[in-house]
Amino acid sequence: MLQPAVPNLLPALPEIVLAVGAMALLMLGVFRKSDSTNLITGLSIGLFIVALILTMLVPGGTTMNGAFVMDSFARAMKVLIFGAAAIALSLGVDFVQREGYGRFELPILLMLATLGMGMMVSANTLIALYLGLELQALALYVTAAINRDSPRAAEAGLKYFVLGALSSGMLLYGASLVYGFTGQTEFAAIADTLAANGVSAGVVFGVVFMLAGFAFKISAVPFHMWTPDVYEGAPTPITAFFAAAPKVAAMALLVRVAVDAFEPATREWQQVLSFIAIASMALGAFAAIGQTNIKRLMAYSSIGHMGFALVGLAAGSQAGVQGVVVYMAIYAAMTLGTFAVILSMRRSGGMVEEIDELSGLARTNPLQAFFLAMLLFSLAGIPPLAGFFAKYFVFLAAIEAELYVLAVIGVLASVVGAVYYLRIIKIMYFDEPVDAFEPAAIELKTATAAAGTFVIFFVLVAGPITSWAGRAAASLF
Amino acid sequence: MIDWPILSIVTFLPLVGVVLILLIRGDDAIAQRNIRNTALFTTIVTFVVSLFIWGGFDPENPGFQMVEESAWLGGLVTYKMGVDGISMLFVILTTFLMPACILASAAIKTRIKEYMIAFLVLETLMIGVFCALDIVIFYIFFEGGLIPMFIIIGVWGGKRRIYASFKFFLYTLLGSVLMLLAIMAMYWNAGTTDIEQLLAHDFPANMEFWLWLAFFASFAVKMPMWPFHTWLPDAHVEAPTAGSVILAGILLKMGGYGFLRFSLPMFPEASELFAPLVFVMSVVAIIYTSLVAMVQEDIKKLIAYSSVAHMGFVTMGIFALNEQGIQGALFQMISHGIVSGALFLCVGVVYDRMHTREIKAYGGLVHRMPLYAAIFMVFTMANVGLPGTSGFVGEFLTLMGAFQANTWVALFATTGVILSACYALWLYRQVIFGPLEKENLKTITDVNARELIVLVPLVLLTIFFGVYPSPINDVTAASVANMVTGVEQALQAAEALDLAGTQ
Repeated sequence: MLQPAVPNLLPALPEIVLAVGAMALLMLGVFRKSDSTNLITGLSIGLFIVALILTMLVPGGTTMNGAFVMDSFARAMKVLIFGAAAIALSLGVDFVQREGYGRFELPILLMLATLGMGMMVSANTLIALYLGLELQALALYVTAAINRDSPRAAEAGLKYFVLGALSSGMLLYGASLVYGFTGQTEFAAIADTLAANGVSAGVVFGVVFMLAGFAFKISAVPFHMWTPDVYEGAPTPITAFFAAAPKVAAMALLVRVAVDAFEPATREWQQVLSFIAIASMALGAFAAIGQTNIKRLMAYSSIGHMGFALVGLAAGSQAGVQGVVVYMAIYAAMTLGTFAVILSMRRSGGMVEEIDELSGLARTNPLQAFFLAMLLFSLAGIPPLAGFFAKYFVFLAAIEAELYVLAVIGVLASVVGAVYYLRIIKIMYFDEPVDAFEPAAIELKTATAAAGTFVIFFVLVAGPITSWAGRAAASLF
Repeated sequence: MIDWPILSIVTFLPLVGVVLILLIRGDDAIAQRNIRNTALFTTIVTFVVSLFIWGGFDPENPGFQMVEESAWLGGLVTYKMGVDGISMLFVILTTFLMPACILASAAIKTRIKEYMIAFLVLETLMIGVFCALDIVIFYIFFEGGLIPMFIIIGVWGGKRRIYASFKFFLYTLLGSVLMLLAIMAMYWNAGTTDIEQLLAHDFPANMEFWLWLAFFASFAVKMPMWPFHTWLPDAHVEAPTAGSVILAGILLKMGGYGFLRFSLPMFPEASELFAPLVFVMSVVAIIYTSLVAMVQEDIKKLIAYSSVAHMGFVTMGIFALNEQGIQGALFQMISHGIVSGALFLCVGVVYDRMHTREIKAYGGLVHRMPLYAAIFMVFTMANVGLPGTSGFVGEFLTLMGAFQANTWVALFATTGVILSACYALWLYRQVIFGPLEKENLKTITDVNARELIVLVPLVLLTIFFGVYPSPINDVTAASVANMVTGVEQALQAAEALDLAGTQ
């Protein structure tokens, strides 16, 4: 049978739409005389939603000579990523207007980053992996420093870029080792070669280098140093974006590489991931206690949460991957909801970021305080809120895999982590009120309420969501 | 007989009250009154409906009754509710104490809406703990209770409320997370989280050892057993009156309930192995905390330490591993729920008037408050364990059970009865008797109608169960007998296996 000249590009349709859309919007921005930030932001959000819907509709399968794969796992993670990107972008609308650095490039850069994330999730070869990762990373370096006049933002952007480039180098070196020792770039072929020839020391080196690169992207210890500075230095809407979608994408990529390509080397990467998970959980828990800036606190919180999610992957089982998918979905919702509150911390003098500014929020704005309290309890993993189920599934997988030490350290770290979430709740509920914040924009209120409602009522939809995650995980095994 | 899901209805009825309270707008006096009335009405209705559970309960049946089951969480966990002789009375105790708590909250003036919502949510979670027949559902209810209690202590508590609320939350959480891991390990071993099936499952002996310890970590903190009790005095002292009542009346009982529901029947061999440890901890708790209670200057702190001592009797009775001991432990828990709850309500009565809990600040109250003195007397006596009050029955049965298991334990524990008389009577003497000298006490008023409505039923129950304990014992007998038989069989089987192994 003749091969068609043009490959079947349908599985990659969401990414194609994003790519073409980004370029079209770029031209629109350049050629339109008046300020087009709002228009382009709105259209970008629209494109994210289109991509999200397409993701659910397009047929599965591989394309581009096996470099791009669309399976249930990719579908699930892309729904999360496009959803999180759309929400994060809409959270920034009010901020960008008020702070007066409306630039139409910002939504376009975020679209390009999201496009890269879609490619990461669907990457099925080492080259496609690197391509997606770099597209995502380069776009994000720029956005971290988008506030040109602020030295802190410039510092954040530079730090992010230098360390990110280093991690890309490590990843690339690892990938080259893997290619050198297996002679393959396609994930399934690598796994087959490893299964046939055994796991050589060279491959193990390659795997470790690649894991180091991924650890940087998901901000896991010991490659987490950039996170607090970038979270603090970048404009808050960008931080909100950083905290959700790229983490989901990098975690998805890590899962796919570990499970698809290096399945025969499970014992080797399991050890590395267990260590990274323990270190991240512990550092996230302890380092966050002393923070006074809420964005820095969220940075350490995200480091800890990546550690918890890695517990599921370290189990190396289908139940573990299911746990990771559930974890990332809940994590994205909780983080975006929390950042929606952080973005509404505004007084007449401008944005405030100190945790103490939340004093007595329960009296000045009871509803917002209630939702934030629920989100924080959920982040701490207290039942019956969503965050408990996220932890439940990853630890369930770890216990099945008999990783008892990992599980015990993990739950103990979650108790320590509860301290700083409780501290915020204490400040909101137990302390005397300071001046109220300015009324929040409608999109921020909606996002907070939606995320808060989600974590409270997750118990009711836990069944469908977990079985959806189960199907996603099954497609990798 | 009953085909509607009564347990779920009782469990979630308070949440209906929450929705109603949320609908009440405004913050003026009328709105506040409406909020109070709605909360009171909800708890009373819940109590009345919960009586149908008792009415429909078959005391002859040792198994679970009124079981409801529906799939949840993608087949991993089922939503399953049911009660047996061990859990049923705790449900009633919870619903019974709640209206008293709402009525005793008249002194709460700020953020009344949030206060009532927190209590109603807490009620749902507490009832759920006792009704849950799936271990994950149990855990969710068990841990979920931390959130409202944290808020209650932290917002409406005393001076050191923040310290107390953090300590309460973190201590309990730390104990519980290890239990969560044990629950997961049990799931992978038995393939289910259904409590009924887990009760029938035989865990490997070395696994039982670790599982028992993990559960122990949680329940010993919750109970609380010496030396894990230090959070309790702080939490009790700082919590508002109603919070203390719930803490002493219900939350402490979850530990004992957990031992009876999980540790004993699911890990019988480990329970036997660790029984001496529990005995030692119980006896130390009884003697040591009684001694500590004697030197307290704060009324609430004294009662809190006395609670720890009384819970020592409970753990001792449970791990005597015989019917008397376990029946006694159950009775003691119900009785202590009523008596210590009532004692905290009594403290609340004078605290609302004088705004101090210091023992020194009182004296000679009998001259101005004869009715109060009489009521307080009943509960003091019940706390001491005077025959004719409910406190006696539980202590006597647990001591009898312990005597069979280990005479020395019983001997040492009995000294606790004397010590409890020392501190309780001393407290009574300091607060009630003596000359009425302090200026600000000279205008104090006796208990009012609202307080009487709260306290009189508790007085009646304390005396009624002291004279006629069989309503409680009849309910628990079949289930306890069934459990003890099961434990004994498991122990004999294990022994036979050991013998076969050595031969």
